[in-house]
Amino acid sequence: MRNPFARALTLTILTAIMLTGAAGSALACGGLVTPSGTINLLKTTTLAAYHEGIEHYVTSFEFAGDGSEVGSIIPLPGVPTDVIKGGDWTLQRLIIETQPQPEATGVQFLAADSAGRAEVLLEKKIDALDITVLKGGAVEVGNWAREHGYFLPPDAPEMLAFYADRSPIFLAARFNAERAANRGVQTGQGTPIHVVIPTPNPWVPLRILALGRKDAEVVQADVYLLTDRRPETLPQAERSKGFDENQRGLIQEVSEPASSTLLADLRSDRGMKWLPESGMWLTYIRINETAANLKHDLAIDASGYGRPSPLAAGYPAASGAAPWPVIWTVMAALVAVAFLMVLTDPAVRRQAARVFRR
Amino acid sequence: MKLRAAAAAVALTLLVGAAAASRGAAARANAGTVHIKIHYSTFAPGSLDVEPGETVRFVIRNTDPIDHEFILGDEAVQLAHEEGTEAHHAPRPGEVSVPAGETVITTYTFPQTPGELIFGCHLPGHYDFGMRGTVTIG
Repeated sequence: MRNPFARALTLTILTAIMLTGAAGSALACGGLVTPSGTINLLKTTTLAAYHEGIEHYVTSFEFAGDGSEVGSIIPLPGVPTDVIKGGDWTLQRLIIETQPQPEATGVQFLAADSAGRAEVLLEKKIDALDITVLKGGAVEVGNWAREHGYFLPPDAPEMLAFYADRSPIFLAARFNAERAANRGVQTGQGTPIHVVIPTPNPWVPLRILALGRKDAEVVQADVYLLTDRRPETLPQAERSKGFDENQRGLIQEVSEPASSTLLADLRSDRGMKWLPESGMWLTYIRINETAANLKHDLAIDASGYGRPSPLAAGYPAASGAAPWPVIWTVMAALVAVAFLMVLTDPAVRRQAARVFRR
Repeated sequence: MKLRAAAAAVALTLLVGAAAASRGAAARANAGTVHIKIHYSTFAPGSLDVEPGETVRFVIRNTDPIDHEFILGDEAVQLAHEEGTEAHHAPRPGEVSVPAGETVITTYTFPQTPGELIFGCHLPGHYDFGMRGTVTIG
């Protein structure tokens, strides 16, 4: 890739792929919610880059077509300062950098009770996508989604609570069928978005990928991290067995300094000038896990201290011990009273005195 | 003797406490009314005991931000609703929609013969998700 001609050729190929709509970077890294309740099982691709205290979250939404409106909900670690159209080739360029590419033709990129209301922090139209950033608890955000025509599967209430307990910020995105038709958006065509989130504690939502899926279904996703230092993650990704499709879990396929050509290519994409020209670390984690086992998010410690936050990953707080049941408190009190009665009984005390004299 | 009596009292206390702590999960209709809470797409309690011929008033509270149903009946009733196409229907005894965040009431008279009925939600994916419970008659 050091050859300028090769670089230009790569970008040309990428552009051609996107124009034909064949490059399905697919659904966003969020829970897909559809009016019919059907869940699309395509692979998702996401870049979570962290530089100078800001998480840049780039993902792509795929148009499902047929006039149906498909929505997606993404939990965010903080309030975004902006949501812009994502670059045209960032996700595809990362795939080319990190994954074995076929040499011949036939290339296919796999792509409550509460009456409270969610607060709408930001609304934006990006091409045919309607983006809304919401702040609220699980019930408020769930109510907003329901009232706005999103279909929420039965596991959504618990899933929303899992996220809202840590960060009450959600991004809802949905294609507007009329605008999609007017713009000639084809089924399967992706629209990338780029969310800018100042946060001291970056994380990537993974568990939401299992929303609406049966336990045995396999969730597939590609997560790219670009950080100032080699990051530590929680859960820790497993060592790769060489792009083995049968390997389950969070698999670290690549962990290396980002090449200058990669960074130059990414910097030349829309909205990517913030990326340094050098000194970034590239990590590629392949998710290939059953929905039943995808119980946590990906916490990232990019500080170099190697201490990713268990809370950010969705593990219970250390102090979150189960409450002591009332019945056991009552029992303990009764036992204590009985014990005192025994001790204060004169006959018992005389007998004890005799025992000790022996 | 007093020591033995005291020890017996302690043992009895433990026994009563343990029995109370391990009380069965099945709830009984209390004065003909059963309160059922729906939270995270799960019914609580998940099992009930009723007397044959008993009339029970079910007070069903949905704490979720999504709609649910409470359909009480035998397997055939559950199957009919699972395969049915009614998104909503008029309330029938033991069959009600429970909108998000709301509380609804339905009254049902159980048959005279002992047996078991099921209550469940048949909105898309909910029954498969495990949204069901049992009522033991007798």
